[in-house]
Amino acid sequence: MKMETQRDQTRELGRSRGRFEAQAKVSGRAEYIHNLTLPRMLHAKILRSTVAHGRIVSIDKSEAEALEGVHSVITSEDIMTVMPEPYFGPAFHDQPILAVGKVHYVGEPVAVVLSEDPYIAEEATHLIDVTYEELPAVFNEVEAAESKVVVHDELRPAGTFPDLKHLAGRRDTNIALDFQVRTGDVEKAFAEADHIFEHSFRTQQVMHTPLEPMISVGELTDSGITVHTASQSPSFVRLEIARLLRWPESRVRVRTAFLGGGFGAKLYVKLEALAVALTMLARRPVRVALTMEEQFYTITKHATTFKIKSAVNKEGRITGRKCTVWWNGGAYADIGPRVTQKSGFTAPGPYEIDNVWVDSYQVYTNLPPAGAFRGFGITQLVWAYESQADIIARELGMDPVEFRRLNMLREGRPHATGTIMRDAALIEVLDRTAERMKWNEPFDRGTEKLRRGRGVGVGYKALVAPTTSVAMVTLSADGSCFLHMSTVDMGQASNTTMSMVAAEVLGIDPEDIKVIRPDTDVTPYDMATLGSRSTFHMGHAVRLAAEDAVEKMKVLAAQLSVPEGEPLEAGKLLKQRYGMQAGNIVGVGSYIPDYISPNKETGHSENITPNWMIGGCGVEVEVDTETGQFRLVRMENVVDCGTALNPKIVETQVSGAAIMQIGAALYENMEFDEDGQLRNASFAEYKIPGITDLPDQIGNEAVDAYQNNGPFGAKGVGESGAFGVASAIAAAIEDAVGVRLTSMPMKYETVCQELHANDPKFRQWGE
Amino acid sequence: MMSESNNTQISFVLNGQPVKAHVQTHHSVLDVLRNTFELYGARESCGQGLCGCCTVIVDGKSVSGCLALAADLDGTRVETVEGLDASGQLDPVQQAFIDCGAFQCGFCTSGFLLMSKQLLASNPNPTESEIKHYLAGNLCRCAAYPEIIQAVRLAADRINAGSQA
Repeated sequence: MKMETQRDQTRELGRSRGRFEAQAKVSGRAEYIHNLTLPRMLHAKILRSTVAHGRIVSIDKSEAEALEGVHSVITSEDIMTVMPEPYFGPAFHDQPILAVGKVHYVGEPVAVVLSEDPYIAEEATHLIDVTYEELPAVFNEVEAAESKVVVHDELRPAGTFPDLKHLAGRRDTNIALDFQVRTGDVEKAFAEADHIFEHSFRTQQVMHTPLEPMISVGELTDSGITVHTASQSPSFVRLEIARLLRWPESRVRVRTAFLGGGFGAKLYVKLEALAVALTMLARRPVRVALTMEEQFYTITKHATTFKIKSAVNKEGRITGRKCTVWWNGGAYADIGPRVTQKSGFTAPGPYEIDNVWVDSYQVYTNLPPAGAFRGFGITQLVWAYESQADIIARELGMDPVEFRRLNMLREGRPHATGTIMRDAALIEVLDRTAERMKWNEPFDRGTEKLRRGRGVGVGYKALVAPTTSVAMVTLSADGSCFLHMSTVDMGQASNTTMSMVAAEVLGIDPEDIKVIRPDTDVTPYDMATLGSRSTFHMGHAVRLAAEDAVEKMKVLAAQLSVPEGEPLEAGKLLKQRYGMQAGNIVGVGSYIPDYISPNKETGHSENITPNWMIGGCGVEVEVDTETGQFRLVRMENVVDCGTALNPKIVETQVSGAAIMQIGAALYENMEFDEDGQLRNASFAEYKIPGITDLPDQIGNEAVDAYQNNGPFGAKGVGESGAFGVASAIAAAIEDAVGVRLTSMPMKYETVCQELHANDPKFRQWGE
Repeated sequence: MMSESNNTQISFVLNGQPVKAHVQTHHSVLDVLRNTFELYGARESCGQGLCGCCTVIVDGKSVSGCLALAADLDGTRVETVEGLDASGQLDPVQQAFIDCGAFQCGFCTSGFLLMSKQLLASNPNPTESEIKHYLAGNLCRCAAYPEIIQAVRLAADRINAGSQA
């Protein structure tokens, strides 16, 4: 459990500190937007589509409007009176605030009822009568890539991302982005291979289920509109709302509080555009709050199909690899095209392979939209390439750790994109995972009935780039300090860690720093709190802001003829400057890393990412050979996060991500019927990990590493713990009982069926 | 349906204080805590009594505030997370949750605290498996479960040491 690292001579950083808001959180007093009530506020309840693909023939809202207590019933016609082009989305402007003319999935918002009483609003939604003319629908990502059934008539890129511009106006396709990597000659590698392995792996659609369900509250003000929202990306929301209203950004204020979890669900625009439009129409505050059930219809994690074909030589070296990945994006693109590209180029795995071919397709289907989910596509890819690594090692009779060590990308070697690997402690993470598993020691394989097995896996992720963070540090004349930043604290303790960064530079106590919550009127721009980017990007911005404040103190000290070498104290300097307790010292920092976008044809770039985040996992399972039931006996999680700035927080991030991923690996699965109806949108039928699902033993470690271009040697860690979990479980099951699973979630009954199918004793019973 | 005749007045003891409230018969315990008393520590999440975020203690027993009806609170004693440190002093369970870092986003924490306190009242020295069994009805999506188990153990040790002293 020891996670302290000491590379820099730091005073604050590298010390474990608890969350500064801990007392508020245990007292029930922490602020969430969930708590917010405004005078004259209306509640919105949403009527959702009952068909997966269809034309809206008519909407009869008369009966709903007649219900006592109903303020109004709103459809897209009304929305368009305040937002003439009511389509939003970070990559494509494809998503209407309420369905316009057509619906594209079961659960799509079609109409809204407003009332002072949420129960009345809910009741009235059932009185709205919508007639649909159903259209053929497509659900599977591989079918949709070729299907004659198209979800959208024409593609509408947002114009934000240069590499999507070529898709504008493209018709008769469900492919929202095709990304490719071409390195060496992959066909030649297959022709010359000693062994060829070809497999297909699948992951399922799952939902983040943050326990604070999504919520946005709109409020008209004297200068424009305010959106109080549980959002991971307040700066983006302001930009997008301003665009929809055709207003300057200065008239839109977006503020957040603590988030009751995010995990990628609360990014970009979710309910904010609807809340704003309803507020504009009603001229009163409107609260749009989802139920847990409704979250499943709002944003999800991509289901994927990944075909992976590998050429391997006699020595066990991978000489060529062809990867085809289909990402099931659902009915709206959300950030899916970024997932396709930013994760797509890591599809061959953390291995040095001379000949690589990657095709990565973002595909529209008539399912709830998919977007960012803790790992941004990486967990789906690791599942496939690490599962295949285990299959290859097994077939070649090699130790799976040795097979990985032989092929792993080393420091200074080129990645398939041409980027040279720097500060990527892949081997260290692999070795420490194996050591923590006591890999080379004798292993107790259990009994005939209860068999034990082990597996390991390592995944890696490229930090998303290029993105910008800005921070501001304000010192007051009594020496107290304010940190203005738009990083959203959703449980990852960013307020605490960023205070530590500022305090390190300023030489003050981090607990004396007040972090100003994201509020676009007062906190500067930040791209978003996503993809484990904040420690690196905002960490730099906060460091630079604090350094700027120190520089300003030095200038002031010189002006005031303070003798050199005397400690710089803002309070003293300001009192001397103004003759009383007055004034401020303001430091500003802004950070965007270097980046070269990949070549469209080859996917090559000399600098495809500022850093690589690495996560390894070792798992030991015990499988009941009669029932197929298995349990996790042990889980060892190892990451490279550079310097662990706040080791205790790093540890809980690693363990939390790994346990969360157990859910996707073993239990969670959005089950759709043949009409695209979701059958299990509730915790009654959708199981997430609970306290009884913990492995008997969990160990976590950050390897001794240093990120040279990171703030104080650090990089992000919020997702890394999730990477290696699923494939390690699959490998451990196979190691125990010889059953290989290639689809998530890995269910007891599948193991049971396979065991029975392969065992003559059980086969007899079936005959 | 939701006519005036569905209004009812209830009296109960809330975190030690006698209170009155007008509620409608379909209002949940969470509705009255939020709308009448502006207490937000008990929260609706799953809406089905399955996640424990809405836990409150009614007459010494834990109840899902999203399902239980407000009208049924009449004549009861209700405790919410806000009552734990009403004296200005943190409850040992709260302090242990802080010391062990037993939460991340904090949204589920109220429920875990109240359930842990109830566990320790009936079983002052629970084993790890007893803790897991007792808290099986509370979900934490950030998965701070290992730290929660540590915190309950720590609180138990501190309470037991205090009672011996």
